[in-house]
Amino acid sequence: MNGVSASVDRLGKVVLENVEEMGKIFLLFLSVLAWMFRPPLKLRNIFKQMEFVGVKSIFVVVLTGTFTGMVLALQGYHGFKMFSAESLVGSTVALGMTRELGPVLTSLMVTARAGSAMAAELGTMRVTEQIDALYVMAANPVKHLIVPRVIAGFLMVPLLTVVSDFMGIVGGYFVGVHILNINPGIFIRNITRLVDLNDIYSGLVKAATFGLILSLVGCYKGFKTSGGAEGVGRATTEAVVLASISILVSDYFLTAIMF
Amino acid sequence: MIKLVDLHKSFRTQKVLDGLDLEIEAGKTTVIIGRSGGGKSVLLKHIIGLIRPDSGEVLIDGTDITRLGDRDLNEIRKKFGMLFQEAALFDSMTVGENVAFPLREHTRMKEEDIRRTVADRLNAVGLTGVEEKMPSELSGGMRKRVGLARAIAMQPQIVLFDEPTTGLDPVMTEAINRLIIETQKNFNLTAVVISHDIQSIFTVGHRIAMLYEGKIIAYGTPEELKASRNPVIVQFLAGSIDGPIRIM
Repeated sequence: MNGVSASVDRLGKVVLENVEEMGKIFLLFLSVLAWMFRPPLKLRNIFKQMEFVGVKSIFVVVLTGTFTGMVLALQGYHGFKMFSAESLVGSTVALGMTRELGPVLTSLMVTARAGSAMAAELGTMRVTEQIDALYVMAANPVKHLIVPRVIAGFLMVPLLTVVSDFMGIVGGYFVGVHILNINPGIFIRNITRLVDLNDIYSGLVKAATFGLILSLVGCYKGFKTSGGAEGVGRATTEAVVLASISILVSDYFLTAIMF
Repeated sequence: MIKLVDLHKSFRTQKVLDGLDLEIEAGKTTVIIGRSGGGKSVLLKHIIGLIRPDSGEVLIDGTDITRLGDRDLNEIRKKFGMLFQEAALFDSMTVGENVAFPLREHTRMKEEDIRRTVADRLNAVGLTGVEEKMPSELSGGMRKRVGLARAIAMQPQIVLFDEPTTGLDPVMTEAINRLIIETQKNFNLTAVVISHDIQSIFTVGHRIAMLYEGKIIAYGTPEELKASRNPVIVQFLAGSIDGPIRIM
């Protein structure tokens, strides 16, 4: 009996801690919103973060997008061939990329690349007292450090998703047309016929939400770091894990809402 | 000017400040001494509102900053400069940008005036032509000097020094001590220095306060402290293992 109550106790504690953490991240979001519209805007900081989150992620997003599209085409062909519907490979790749895999894989890659860096950078600033230095100089760290990163995440993940969607379709086209010998005209026509602009929009709404999540989680974990180098390492790992899980869970709910 | 009244602060079960009272004289250098991990940095962070006490008052020019909201607290903070233990320079910015940071944040100075002020402050700490360097390219002593230049950029009334000479060689320690003395005199600052370097204490301090077990147990001029018969102070100044201060 004792063992059971101890497990329930532990489970309750974990749930409570997580709920509390979610609440704190939401409060951070509100404070980001409040500081975002208070002039002066730190445009230089914002552009610097946009370059880091966006421009520098292009290569990895192009790679993941292309290969995902190529795999989708191969797998789709395998299935559709069973009932002679190979011509649907193009539209399947395009729908899969725009609605689901483009935004999810892009944001997971950006989490690994930029979300982790946000946690590590802010965590290092915390343990080397640079964040305290901001407070001492009467400068708000949320405005200086977190607002630019959250704006960058919110704007750049959808843009990267567009790149990923496009490259996925190109990859699918390459495999479908050049390797599996699907007629290129039919491949393209099925895409334009079956993929709606709403499919693309819903993917981009997801991407913007995921961008918000990964930057907020990265900043939150970095900001509350304590305990030296070990603490920075822990914050980085926790940021990637929490952001990735939050992205996948919220993906289900966003899909359910926009279905 | 700075008055701490009955400050209490605990972290979990550990009592760090236990009814601490201290009045810091304006225009003088007060050195707070005490054991490593004895709450000196915590005390300093209370003075500038980085940590709020569990109870008690921190009065800056008569205003209790423990009750202030962020906006009012920031107004009070503009009177302060602080040199952190490892200088806490922003490592994504150049030395020049670091020193210019408070000026850009709080004044509408023209770029040219900012550049001149930055060069001026760097000069005051004995550095020239380092504006374009990154903090990672500097030695520990240079970083601290840049940190001091940034702390005095806005000509504050009060500058807090968190262990300014820890980790420096004896020559650099002496150089930093001289810098503290000169800066205090030239800018007519109220300086609060935290240290456990006995040599430095007597070089820079006009007043010395000893923090022990969460309270200030002695306060006075360096001479008064040297003449003290309090066994804790005697043991601390002599650096002796035997005495009331227990080694944990």
